[in-house]
Amino acid sequence: MKVHSLRVAYGILFVSLALASGAQNKNDGKEHESVYAELDKAPAKYQQMRNPMAHDPEAPAAGGVLFAEHCESCHGKEAMGGKKAPSLRAPEVQNSTPGAIFWILSNGVVRKKMPVWSKLPEPERWQLVSYIQSLNGGSKVSETGKK
Amino acid sequence: MVMFIPTTPSFSVICGPFRFLLLFLAAFGLTPRATQAQENPYIVAYDSNLEEPGSLEVEYFSTFGTQRSAPGFHSFWTEFEYGATAWWTTEFYLDAQTTWGGEGTLFTGFRWENRFRPLKNEHFINPVIYIEYENVNDADKILKEVEGHDVEADYAVPNAIARKEQNHELELKLILSKNYKGWNFTENTLFVKNLANEPWEFGYALGASRPLTMKGASHRCNFCPQHFIAGVEMYGGLGDVHSFGLHDTSHYLGAGLAWNLPSGWTFRAEPTFGLNDQSHQFLFRWGISYEFSEFAETVASLFKGHRE
Repeated sequence: MKVHSLRVAYGILFVSLALASGAQNKNDGKEHESVYAELDKAPAKYQQMRNPMAHDPEAPAAGGVLFAEHCESCHGKEAMGGKKAPSLRAPEVQNSTPGAIFWILSNGVVRKKMPVWSKLPEPERWQLVSYIQSLNGGSKVSETGKK
Repeated sequence: MVMFIPTTPSFSVICGPFRFLLLFLAAFGLTPRATQAQENPYIVAYDSNLEEPGSLEVEYFSTFGTQRSAPGFHSFWTEFEYGATAWWTTEFYLDAQTTWGGEGTLFTGFRWENRFRPLKNEHFINPVIYIEYENVNDADKILKEVEGHDVEADYAVPNAIARKEQNHELELKLILSKNYKGWNFTENTLFVKNLANEPWEFGYALGASRPLTMKGASHRCNFCPQHFIAGVEMYGGLGDVHSFGLHDTSHYLGAGLAWNLPSGWTFRAEPTFGLNDQSHQFLFRWGISYEFSEFAETVASLFKGHRE
């Protein structure tokens, strides 16, 4: 009985491993574009949000540490883009409002593989926003609006 | 009785999960990139946070328990938690236990659970649907959930007898969770059906947790307070469909701490106390886990799954 149970257990595990390789669909440019398009769907309330960390000189650095810990494996080193997720240096992201980026971080795009990051406290999410907006020389980014 | 003695025929049976784990770690441990998990300290309660897509978290958990009418025990289990998509996490468990007093160590069964996030965006409360199939015997003591009229005396049956009773159970949970100002609050309602024509049983779990600080440090560090999450959880049984309520049920309260290291390791510890005479007086639970963030790509390459 025990041997049978273990064989069943192993069987399920190996089938799961095989499925794991297939479950991750390839990511192409079109999918990245559709993820960028999600930024425009942020509700007006979020689009108008100020970044409370905008005047914190350490926020981009702290956001960079958080990015390396949580985001880099998908979005690539220094947010240049990876196999699984798009570059965050693209104009679609860099021209977005801080609130729209915060909204995407908080809600994810779960149908397109972007997980929900509401498990990070709000100040950490805003630190990530500060980092993302600092990537292309973000000093021009205002508290609330676009560059 | 199945013992952890190399000379017995059952050695390979018992070592199976661990042998596989060693092979697994040898195959994947050095190759994929790790990413920091942000795990809450709960051992029993679930929140709405799912595994990141393509990531695999390998976890080992352990519970030391005291029993008033039988020897104490050490139950342990391995979990393989995989993010199939951003809205679906699937998890596979292998359970085992040792009961002191010469009762030995035995493999007690496996579980396969799935968690689905039905809603696209974050809401005031975020539901997750949980579906699990269990194939475990009566000697299983991991106490991953408390249901129905489970009480301390049920775990006092000697292993040699308890292991003969095999259970096939379907377990459903409605997980309602909220992240608010750094806190996580979660409530799980549990519905369990033993497929051998037994009544539906019910249970609950509640949890609250919070990182020690809300802001991230501007430098990489292992001991920064942001990496520590403290929490409490409470769980217990609610009877069955014929006898719903708190009568003849057990209930527990645990205070836990999770330490999420930037290297991908997470440590959790939780002393737990029984809240009534039907509960174990004390359980000490701890766990260690490691998150492989590029697991799917690594498996795909092993199966030659590179697609252009």
